[in-house]
Amino acid sequence: MLRRLLRRVTFTDIFMWLIGAALVAMVIYGTARTLIVGKYGPVEWLNMTISGLALGGIYALIALGYTLVYGILRMINFAHSEVFMSGPLTAYFVAEALDKHGLLDRSPVPSLLLIFLVSMAVSTGVAILLERIAYRPLRTAPRLVPLITSIGASFFLQYTFRGLFGSGVKGYPEPDWLKIKWCIRGTAMCITITQVLVIGCAVLMMAGLYFFVQWTKTGKSMRAVSEDKETAALMGIDVDRVIATTFAVGGALAGVAGVLYALLFRQVQFFMGFVPGIKAFTAAVLGGIGNIPGAMVGGLVLGIFESVGPNLFLDGLGIAAPYQLKDAIAFTMLVLILIFRPTGILGERLARKKA
Amino acid sequence: MPRKRVAILVSLVILMLVLSQCGTPKPKAFECTDALGCVDIAPGAPIHLVYMMVVTGPDESLGLDTKYGVEIAIADKGKVLGHDVQLTGEDTGCNAEGGQTAATKVAADKTVVAIVGTNCSSEARPAAPIITQAGLTMVSPSNTAPDLTLPEKHQAGYLRTAHNDKIQGAAMAKFAWEKLQVKKAATIHDGSLYADQLQQVFAEEFKKLGGTITAQEAVDPKDTDMKPVLARIAATQPELIYYPIFIAAGGFITSQARQVPGLENVYLSSADGTFSPDFVKAAGEACLGMYHSSPDFGAFGAGYQDFLKKYETKYGRKVMAPFHAHAYDATNMIFAAIEKVAVQDADGTLHIPRGALRAALFATKDFKGLTGNLTCSPTGDCADPKIAVYQMMSADPATWNPGSSPDSNPKKIWP
Amino acid sequence: MEMKTRFDWKAALNAGAVAGISALLICLVGMVASFGQRYIISGVLSIGHTLLLMNMILAGFIAVRRARYENRLFTLLSGALAGLVTSAMVAVVVLIGQYVNLRAVLINASTELYRLLTFGQNAFVGLAILLLIGAVLGLLTALVSLLPDYIRRAVVLAFAILLMFGLLRDLLRVMFEGWGPLGGLFLWMFPVAGGLSIPGVVFLLVVAAGISLLGSLLIGPKVCPSVKQWVGKQPRGGQLAVRLGVWALLAALALLAPRILGVYPSEVLNMVGLFALMGLGLNVVVGFCGLLDLGYVAFFAIGAYTVGVLTSPEISYSPHWPFWAALPVAMVAALLSGLILGIPVLNTRGDYLAIVTLGFGEITRLFFLSDWLRPYVGGAQGIQLIAPARIGGLLLTQPRELYYLILAGCLLVIFVSTRLKNSRLGRAWMAVREDEDVAQAMGIGLVNTKLLAFATGATFAGLSGALFATKLGSIYPHSFQLLYSIYVLCLLIVGGMGSIPGVLVGSLLLIGLPELLREFAEYRMLVYGAVLVFMMLTRPQGFLPAKPGTRRTGKEAEKSAP
Repeated sequence: MLRRLLRRVTFTDIFMWLIGAALVAMVIYGTARTLIVGKYGPVEWLNMTISGLALGGIYALIALGYTLVYGILRMINFAHSEVFMSGPLTAYFVAEALDKHGLLDRSPVPSLLLIFLVSMAVSTGVAILLERIAYRPLRTAPRLVPLITSIGASFFLQYTFRGLFGSGVKGYPEPDWLKIKWCIRGTAMCITITQVLVIGCAVLMMAGLYFFVQWTKTGKSMRAVSEDKETAALMGIDVDRVIATTFAVGGALAGVAGVLYALLFRQVQFFMGFVPGIKAFTAAVLGGIGNIPGAMVGGLVLGIFESVGPNLFLDGLGIAAPYQLKDAIAFTMLVLILIFRPTGILGERLARKKA
Repeated sequence: MPRKRVAILVSLVILMLVLSQCGTPKPKAFECTDALGCVDIAPGAPIHLVYMMVVTGPDESLGLDTKYGVEIAIADKGKVLGHDVQLTGEDTGCNAEGGQTAATKVAADKTVVAIVGTNCSSEARPAAPIITQAGLTMVSPSNTAPDLTLPEKHQAGYLRTAHNDKIQGAAMAKFAWEKLQVKKAATIHDGSLYADQLQQVFAEEFKKLGGTITAQEAVDPKDTDMKPVLARIAATQPELIYYPIFIAAGGFITSQARQVPGLENVYLSSADGTFSPDFVKAAGEACLGMYHSSPDFGAFGAGYQDFLKKYETKYGRKVMAPFHAHAYDATNMIFAAIEKVAVQDADGTLHIPRGALRAALFATKDFKGLTGNLTCSPTGDCADPKIAVYQMMSADPATWNPGSSPDSNPKKIWP
Repeated sequence: MEMKTRFDWKAALNAGAVAGISALLICLVGMVASFGQRYIISGVLSIGHTLLLMNMILAGFIAVRRARYENRLFTLLSGALAGLVTSAMVAVVVLIGQYVNLRAVLINASTELYRLLTFGQNAFVGLAILLLIGAVLGLLTALVSLLPDYIRRAVVLAFAILLMFGLLRDLLRVMFEGWGPLGGLFLWMFPVAGGLSIPGVVFLLVVAAGISLLGSLLIGPKVCPSVKQWVGKQPRGGQLAVRLGVWALLAALALLAPRILGVYPSEVLNMVGLFALMGLGLNVVVGFCGLLDLGYVAFFAIGAYTVGVLTSPEISYSPHWPFWAALPVAMVAALLSGLILGIPVLNTRGDYLAIVTLGFGEITRLFFLSDWLRPYVGGAQGIQLIAPARIGGLLLTQPRELYYLILAGCLLVIFVSTRLKNSRLGRAWMAVREDEDVAQAMGIGLVNTKLLAFATGATFAGLSGALFATKLGSIYPHSFQLLYSIYVLCLLIVGGMGSIPGVLVGSLLLIGLPELLREFAEYRMLVYGAVLVFMMLTRPQGFLPAKPGTRRTGKEAEKSAP
């Protein structure tokens, strides 16, 4: 039996395991050293983790958009980062107007709801338009063609929004209630209301989506279409409509993520979608693309790793200015996970499928 | 068969082109003996001035501000030796490739007389050699990185009217040590030439004065979540954080710094890259009380107030960045040099020898500009630098009015 | 489409609405106002106005395509109506803008824009003019569509040439000046850096229409196949002669290009060449072997940095080699990194592969950018003073000289690519691309095949990177961003995947054209994106697709894949 096992293992497998083991060893070593040196106390770690969770929540919401579209159409929707950008950039004007009339301070909840609604409406609109104009005609095209189309659409949307609203940075208003912090008494362990809002909204929307997909009729249609388009059509499901709904749901989630991002970081501009888009896509792949809980897990994991990672591993390894390399950590971690679990964290272990 | 038709058309065009190679150039009345060639300007034709600036993007306030300075100088001057001045330009994007592509395009244009640009030091690095090789000369209004004018790295066609950061970094270090009395400082740069060198100068000067640098970190200009870096810095317990970067990343650091435990009372300081009302917009209320080093506007000449009035009337807004006056001076320096070396021949054509123009620019001595008396060193530093430290008094971008009066925002507090 | 007998209001209104949205977008994005002073026809027609008016022509075009009528009058009416609707939409926004400050939100809804849209008149008069022009243009477009083919082609070509001359004015000036008689012609057509003069316009229109008519007469459908047949009927020697003639012409063109075109176009051709080199490399990985690599710029970076580190005096441990010694080392370094990249991704498929390779690209860039590795590779400041290539005593630093170096590199890579394509390895790659499992069942060693694909692609990119480094003399990590991997992929697909001439065409179009149109830099990316989408929707196989037989479209393979 051992011989059979040895025959199935190839040279490349060994090589990869060695690389994987080396990376893991470095990570453990770096972590151990950092913790031993003890530069950061538990307070700092907790704060970094919370910060990471907030960021991860945003990544997760955007990643859900990628993963929904991939599940249904087997295509990477590069323009999703612009869907994410369009919401908060447009909602900025609403926020400004509300702030100018003092409504943002006086009635925070309705104002916030309005901002969310506007952002979601715009993002959903952009997503649906994208699907209708750029992707629907290409349903049967070879895989790379919709990819290039989505790249083109991404550039087009970025620069259209730049032309419409200008290339400068816009800062969301800062009402007083946004500065509330809750701290554990006596310590510096604090969580701001923004972070609570972000994490809370993210969890809420993810739960909502999960219920939607598992329990509602439309959700079931979505799962059916992603399973097998032709059979679903034969079963009487309006495939076009379901696909449009999928894009709309992804867009709405991105719209929410956009406002949360704006609340967390304040600055919005036409290029803000590019980097979060790539990260969110990485998160979706990390969790297993096409898999909804996977996107959520991937997003959160990525967020935490980005926040905590450089301090945790690289600091111990003695690398200067480790935060420059935080993206490198994210991608290395991706490679690591894909070495040991080629279909992502929660991806199904199916027989080698052609993608 | 569209392909065949295209092929025939293309062949016809090519034939035309090849045949035309047999043409001969017109003989010139004026013999151009300059090693770098001459620019010939027909009577009635304009003198072609080019700008290479950051006119779009998050740092557009820097480029637009300097561009307006150039335009006001052109309007004030009227005609140079009887010719109008035509200004065209390239957008450089505050990064190396932008600088390189813009320089390549400009270098290929034989009608260009001189260049005002670039804005960002990282653009000047690739641009200066290309411009120099083409025989052109560029005068930068806002490049401040020290090594652009180091003898071993200086490019022959490069000058600047902006200060050298060796002075700016030292000024901030001195301010922090003497006035704020901090002993420990941390710096953040964004990987750009300007920021990296400036924080290095600050660090060295601060150490020379006796202080300690607790951390020297780096972020990416596109980063948004600065809290982990700030947490790292907080762990080293500095009393001041110096981040001489640009508006987008600077805004994030400022707004997030106060949320990181350990940094609630730390002094925040930056430099001319964020000295703009756009930065106040980006950073929000967190920028109150922040310190900036920047050229001292109070020390500018008498003409500066008139300049400000002209600026406001023409563009309907107040000045947006620190280098408009430097751009004005750069343009006038170029005009003065043109007037010195241009030759007008019998039929009214103006000939400007490029090599002589370059030499004349480097020979600028005691040129009375808005920013002071400009004298160019052999390695291209022309500025008469006076750096001041300002403090942000209000977070409302509409009140932007740098100066030393009580209602200035930001207000000059040192020296 | 069947001919309609009743007038279809909806089709016309629909067409007008679509074009109206396009017109509004173009106005509000700022294109009209920015180019309002840039004249195609001096003092009469600016590019800004042209962009606006083209939408009305578009309206007419869409209306005509949506509904065909037996009654000619209806066609004209539908065109006019569509044009009118388009103008009306623009007019409404202008009207709103008179009373509401749109500029607070849409920064380009400026008074300058309104002035252009109302042609300098007061609001109502101007808008009336706008509506009238819209209707007239729509009508004219419909009219032109009704004309016989050869007239229509002549009209379209005439206006296309007019537009081209207007847009590429600066480039043409650089090319024409100093050419004696042609230079004079140019000055007559374009007085003083403005737009075309009226006589110049007439001249161009007449010449262009003349060429088109001539072409229609000579190269009608009857003549074209017979030319090909005629060549085919010649004896072998004759056929060979024709072939050689065409190749000789192309070779002469390629060698003379820098002299003909001037310095700046040579520089543009250099960039085109470098990207074409990368495209040819990616063609091996994606086109031949079907492995989607989004991190391709990493190999480019490794090639460039190897040359930089080995030749620049700035790096402390550099051995100061000359360029020609560093070049093969750069290619080997790239090859090794291709292998190193290839191994972990051997088992990943499709989109997982895409993201992992993207990750590698980013990791490489970040390493070159980091402070940590700064003493070794220069960090954010990059590396300067890279040695230029030296032939005999001549330093290759000018664009015109570097052109030949890059041309040599391209020819080498094209040669190797073509030989590989027709070799056993190439066929193994294509088998892997079509179906990995079947290929494995047929005895093709997946590991070796894929690794060789990565290695070959990486080597070509390394060559390109090395040439890039020496051309620029200095390199910065910012030049190696993800965007360039995307550019290379786009030019590959737009040119035609798997086809070598396709890569060259793609590079010319997607790299060369934007460089030439830098004047319009602010909207470059917008147009680039729109063109990409348009290309994929209308011609997804690319401009010059690989000949059928060597590549299935893969439609069946895609359909059965989950």
